This record gives sequence, structure tokens and C-alpha cells, in this order.
Amino acid sequence: MSASTGTGRFAAVALIAPLLVFIAVFFIWPLFTVMSQSVSDTAVLNLLPRTAQAAKGWDPESPPTVEMKTALAEDLQAVEDRQALGDMTRRLNSAQPGFRTLMSRTTRALRKDDLPDLGEVDERWNQPVYWQAIVGALSPTTDRYLLAAVDLERDVSGNIVAMPEEASANRTIMLRTFWVAALVTLCCLAIGFPYAMLIASTEGWKRQALLGAVLLPLWTSLLVRTAAWFIILQDNGLINWMLTGLNITSGPIPLIFNRTGVVIAMTHVLLPFMVLPIYSVLLSIPDNLMKAASSLGAHPMRAFLRVLLPLSLRGIASGSLLVFMTAIGYYITPALIGGAGDQMISSVIAFYATGSANWGMAGALGVVLLAITILLYAVYGRLSSAEERRG
Amino acid sequence: MSDLRIRFDHVTKCYGTLCVVDDLELDIAKGEFVSLLGPSGSGKTTLLMMLAGFESPTKGRILVDGEVIDNTPTYKRDMGVVFQSYALFPHMTVGDNIAFPLQMRGIGKAEIAERVTRVLDMVQLSAMRDRWPAQLSGGQQQRVALARALVFEPRVVLMDEPLGALDKNLREQMQLDIRALHNRLGLTIVFVTHDQSEALTMSDRIAVFNKGKIEQIGSPREIYDHPSTRFVANFIGETNLLEGIVDGAAGNGVRVRLPDGRHIAAAASDTLADGQNVLVSIRPERIRLDDLHGGTNQLAARITDSVYQGNHLRIQLDEGAHNFVVHLDRKAAQHQPGAEVMARFQPDDCWVIRS
Ligand SMILES: Nc1ncnc2c1ncn2[C@@H]1O[C@H](COP(=O)(O)OP(=O)(O)OP(=O)(O)O)[C@@H](O)[C@H]1O
Ligand SMILES: [Mg+2]
Repeated sequence: MSASTGTGRFAAVALIAPLLVFIAVFFIWPLFTVMSQSVSDTAVLNLLPRTAQAAKGWDPESPPTVEMKTALAEDLQAVEDRQALGDMTRRLNSAQPGFRTLMSRTTRALRKDDLPDLGEVDERWNQPVYWQAIVGALSPTTDRYLLAAVDLERDVSGNIVAMPEEASANRTIMLRTFWVAALVTLCCLAIGFPYAMLIASTEGWKRQALLGAVLLPLWTSLLVRTAAWFIILQDNGLINWMLTGLNITSGPIPLIFNRTGVVIAMTHVLLPFMVLPIYSVLLSIPDNLMKAASSLGAHPMRAFLRVLLPLSLRGIASGSLLVFMTAIGYYITPALIGGAGDQMISSVIAFYATGSANWGMAGALGVVLLAITILLYAVYGRLSSAEERRG
Repeated sequence: MSDLRIRFDHVTKCYGTLCVVDDLELDIAKGEFVSLLGPSGSGKTTLLMMLAGFESPTKGRILVDGEVIDNTPTYKRDMGVVFQSYALFPHMTVGDNIAFPLQMRGIGKAEIAERVTRVLDMVQLSAMRDRWPAQLSGGQQQRVALARALVFEPRVVLMDEPLGALDKNLREQMQLDIRALHNRLGLTIVFVTHDQSEALTMSDRIAVFNKGKIEQIGSPREIYDHPSTRFVANFIGETNLLEGIVDGAAGNGVRVRLPDGRHIAAAASDTLADGQNVLVSIRPERIRLDDLHGGTNQLAARITDSVYQGNHLRIQLDEGAHNFVVHLDRKAAQHQPGAEVMARFQPDDCWVIRS
């Protein structure tokens, strides 16, 4: 008996094992690596193990000891990976400007001479600030990426302070991302809710046609759809051609490479995610509720506000959440249709990940985005479970 | 009719070529309880929906208190509708559901609270005021729907098979409750049902529907004792129908000759010409069985079946030309299948229907 249930359970686990492995390999593991990238900071520690040893117990205010200088020279001489050396230099330079020239001069000297005195190679090696930068970068974990993702940094004494204006763009871009996502969500709602009502009120082939029209964007490639908007929205595109042709405007109004174009194209692409949840909730509302409301003396408008709208809130909430969460991760559409001022946070992540190989920053921005999304979802879960308790 | 409230004036409703309500005329008085009774698909709901304003007639007019209401939208018609499925608002508590029609009429908070309390008392649900509809039993939901349709004291209350979903005991209880409310408040009620005993129990008048027309309208007693068509006789309760031809008068009724030459004396509503084809309807509970010979209105028959049905004994008779159903007192246990008996019935209990 227990043996047979044991094999049964084993068979069940074996059946879902491929799925679990798939999720683990292609979802959980990458997520975990990206998240750990955002706090890991081993570029310096990996290359300078001897220095780390020698710097233990060093008073950061005093000049560097001879052992530290020797250890650093040995460490640097042992480095063979030029890319790792570049990473370390970049890391140190961002903590203390001047490291780039200092490092290149030092490595050049090390190639000529066997273990020179660093203080003689460059006078700067005698100043504590450069050593403070090295020691500060030796810890394997860091919060500087996460802080930088929201435009914060630590000052010399380790307090969290705002970054200087000119160096901080993430918060602006993040806010812009939410603003664009909110605009798109609103537009989707304004179009999607009446549209869902229209679908729910029709039958037969008309319903199929209306549903098909909204589902069509889901069946075509995102790139094709975006390119299509490119054609329609440009200055000599369809819309401007009509507007000027009908003498509504004297010249073409700018619809592309600006916020308007981005919102139009994203609304189109994300509309199904708004329409479908609302539509399915509307279908579940018995139509005699509206009849009952009107028989009880409610004007159609009041019946809508008091009965249909509250009953479809669940669909509106899930649709809005779906659209908003998808919108904040949008990349291609703003990149192609937006102007320089319309780039969203994903472009920044893509820039760090592929443009400058700064996985720490890319990971940190991703983590912030994920945290906000989870927060939104938690709020939604709270609201909908409160709703459910009514039965 | 004392005080006319509703008039259906040659109302027709067609969907495409199919006319589900056909040139219908019906007057309903103030304070009357009228049941619309008929088989499924006979157009009862359609008629009610036209009265409530959810559908409009293809032809004809509907008048309420002397005014044509065809262009009055539902929300201005002042009619309380109780739907078969209750149609309570799931996102409002019982109290809010009942307050809804009062809020729509702009009545003050204090008065709303007071009227909700009163109507909840009336349907005995005071304790349920803050519950959600989903937390109530079917019967309780039904009473909330009723309370909601009554609280604004509408001109007419329309009910579309409101008791259809309830079990037998609850249904019978609710029938009496609604009937009592009707008497107490003097409501005008149009009640749709396809349960004939429900219609008989509750109504002042019953309109029997068939294929979009009213076959007969009258008090429960008229409908049951004096059906005017074969359809009504068959639809309301069980009956035995004998075909025959009018063959002279008998007392204040007529003599009907059966195909085999025997005669039956029967009551009839109006004068019938000799030689007219008719049906004689005899209710099963009006037939007596004995073994005495002689007298009018008796037929020799053999018992083929006898079933105990709790409150009565249902006996099947084979009379040669006809099969009869007889309901006897349940104590009359001596009748066994195979026994030869005489079936006897009073001329008053035989009702002639033109065929
Ligand atoms: N919207 C509609 N379109 C087409 N036919 C309809 C429509 N509504 C009702 N009918 C038809 O009208 C006829 C009468 O329907 P109705 O609902 O009035 O019957 P009913 O007497 O209430 O029956 P039941 O006792 O089953 O409720 C039915 O044959 C139905 O199919
Ligand atoms: Mg019906």
C-alpha cells in the first residue's frame, strides 16, 4: 500500500520534473544570478587577495604600509586577465577618480621592472585616499548598485546621500517609466472598458469579429506592429495626411519620436490585456441585474455606476495591473517610436547590460523594477481577497 | 371591473416571423392578483417583459392607469419586478439591496432606514440586514427580492416564476406568505407560473396561455370546474375526456350521446345545438365506484390498476371505449385490480366543452 503510493508519488514528481527543471534553469537561476550581480562586488577582491590580507588592521587615516605596497605589486604582477584588470580599474576609478592613469602607469612600470617600490612609481601610492578606495572595494558585497539605481550613494564617511544632480538620471527615468505606464493604462482603460462592454453585448459572429479585432495585435510580432505605427504616425504618414488633407491642421502634427507616439503605440499593443479580463468579468455578470436596477427606478447611467461598474472592478483591476506591469518593462516600442526623452527604464537596463557590461547596475535596476512590481501585485492581492470575502 | 389598472390592447410580439404573443387582450384591476399560467414557451415571460418595459410590443398598446406606456422607459414605470433568479445585487448587503430603489427616488436617509426595517420585518429577515446575498438560502434570497420589489410601493408587482427554484415545502410557505402580503397591502400582482396548483392557490384570476394567446381567463374555480377548451381541461389538473354529440336537453344541461350510443347527462355553460361535437370532462375525484346497477351517468368498467398516492388512491379503469382515472379516498382499499365495478358521476360534475 505505502509502496504503491510511494511509486505513485515518484511517478507524479517525475512527470512534472521536466517543467520544474525548465523553470529552475531558465527562470529561477537567471533571476537569481541577476539579483546576486546587483549586490556582488568581487572585481577587486578576486584580483587582489594578497593586498586584502596585508591591509587587515590598517588604519585608513595613516599612510600605507610597506607590506601593503609589496602585496599590491605582487597581486598586479600575477594578473593575466586583461579584461578583469580593466573591470577592477573601472570599479576603483568610480570610487576614486585618477585610478585609471595611476593603474596604467603602475602596470607599465611593473612590466619593465621586477617588483619596484610603488611609492616611487607614482607618488600617489603614498596617499591614504587611494588605499581607502581599494580597501572600500574589497568587500565581496555592496549596496552601491542598488543605491545608484535610485540615485543614491554613500559619501566618504559611509552615509547614504543623494547623488549630485548631473550624475543622477535613474530616478527621473523610473518616474517617467511609471508615468508613461500609467498613461498607457488609462488610455487602455478608456478604450478597453467600453469596448469590452460592446463585445459582451453582442452575439454570434459580431462578437467573434470584435474579439478578433482586439486579439489581432497578439498574433502579430511586436516589431511588425511597432513598425506599422511607425508608418502611420510619421509626418507624411496616414494620420497626418488625413489631418492636413481635411484641413484640420495646417501642417503635420508631430506624432512620432515623442510621448504621444509612444502612448498610442503601446496602448494598441497592450489593449488586449485590458479588454480580455474586463470582458470575462462582464460575461459573468447576469444581465438581469441591470434589468432589475432599471425596474427599481435607476436611470441607465446610475445603474451603470451603482451596479455594472462596481461589479466589473475586479476585471478593471486585473486588466490595469496587467497592462501597467507589462508597460513598465517595455523596451522596443519606446526605443523605436519615442524620442530621446521617452526612453524607459528597460533601455537603461539594456544599456548597462549590453552596452557597458555593467551587470551590477543592470541587475540593480532590474531588482528595483521587480520589487515595485511585486509590491503592486501584493496590493492587488490584498484588495481582491477583501473582495472575495463577500462571497 | 371596478378600477382598471392594466390593459393589454391587442398586443402582439413577434421575433422575426414567430409571434410569441399574438393579438392578446387582458385587463387587470387594481388590487387584483392575476396569474399567467401556461406551458413553457407560451409567451408568459415575454408578456411580463413588455409590461416591465424590457421589450416593446410589435403591435398593440399597453395602458397603465389609462395611459399608454409604450414610450415610458423601464425606470419610470414604477413596477416592482421579482425575477426567477432573484437578481439581487451581489456587491450590496441585504439592507443596501432593499434601500436601492428608495435611493433612486431620492428619499432621505432616515426614511430609507425606517422603511427598510419595516419591510425586513414583514418578510421576517430583520436579522439578515448586513449579510451578503451569497450568504442567504434560496428562500431567504427570494424574500429579499420580494422585499426589494415591494419597499417602494410600486403600482404593480411583476413576478416571473419567483418560486421555481425552491423546494416544495418552502414553495408552499412562500405562496401563502405572498398571498397574505397581497391581501394586507392591496397590491396589484401579475404572477407568472407554469405550476397549476400554485396558480390555483394564489390567484384571484388565472389567465391560461397557449401559444401566445389566452385560452381562458377566470377565477380558479371557473378554470378548474368549467374549462372552456380541451387544452385548459387537460392543463389544469387531471381529467377524463369523453367525445360525443349533443342529443337534446336534460334538466338545465344537455344529453350527450357517446359514439357507442349510450347517453350522459352533463352541465354546460351556454346553449348548444343538437348534433354538435363536444367533449365531456369529468374530474377523477368526482367519480364514485360501486356495484349497484341503474340510474343515469354510470358506466361498467374493470379496474386495471390501483396506486396508493398518500392522500388519495389513484385507480385506472378500462371501460372498453375509454380508460378512466379515478381518485378515491385512500381508505377505499377494497378495490383490487381485476374487479368489475360501476363508475358513477353526477351530471353537475360533467362539464361539456365544444370541440
Ligand atoms: N429574444 C428572443 N428572440 C427570439 N425568440 C425569443 C426571444 N425571447 C423569447 N423568444 C421565444 O419566445 C417564446 C416565448 O418565450 P417566453 O419566455 O415568453 O416563454 P414562457 O411562457 O415564459 O416559457 P417558460 O415557462 O419556459 O418560461 C419562446 O419560444 C422563445 O423561444
Ligand atoms: Mg418564462
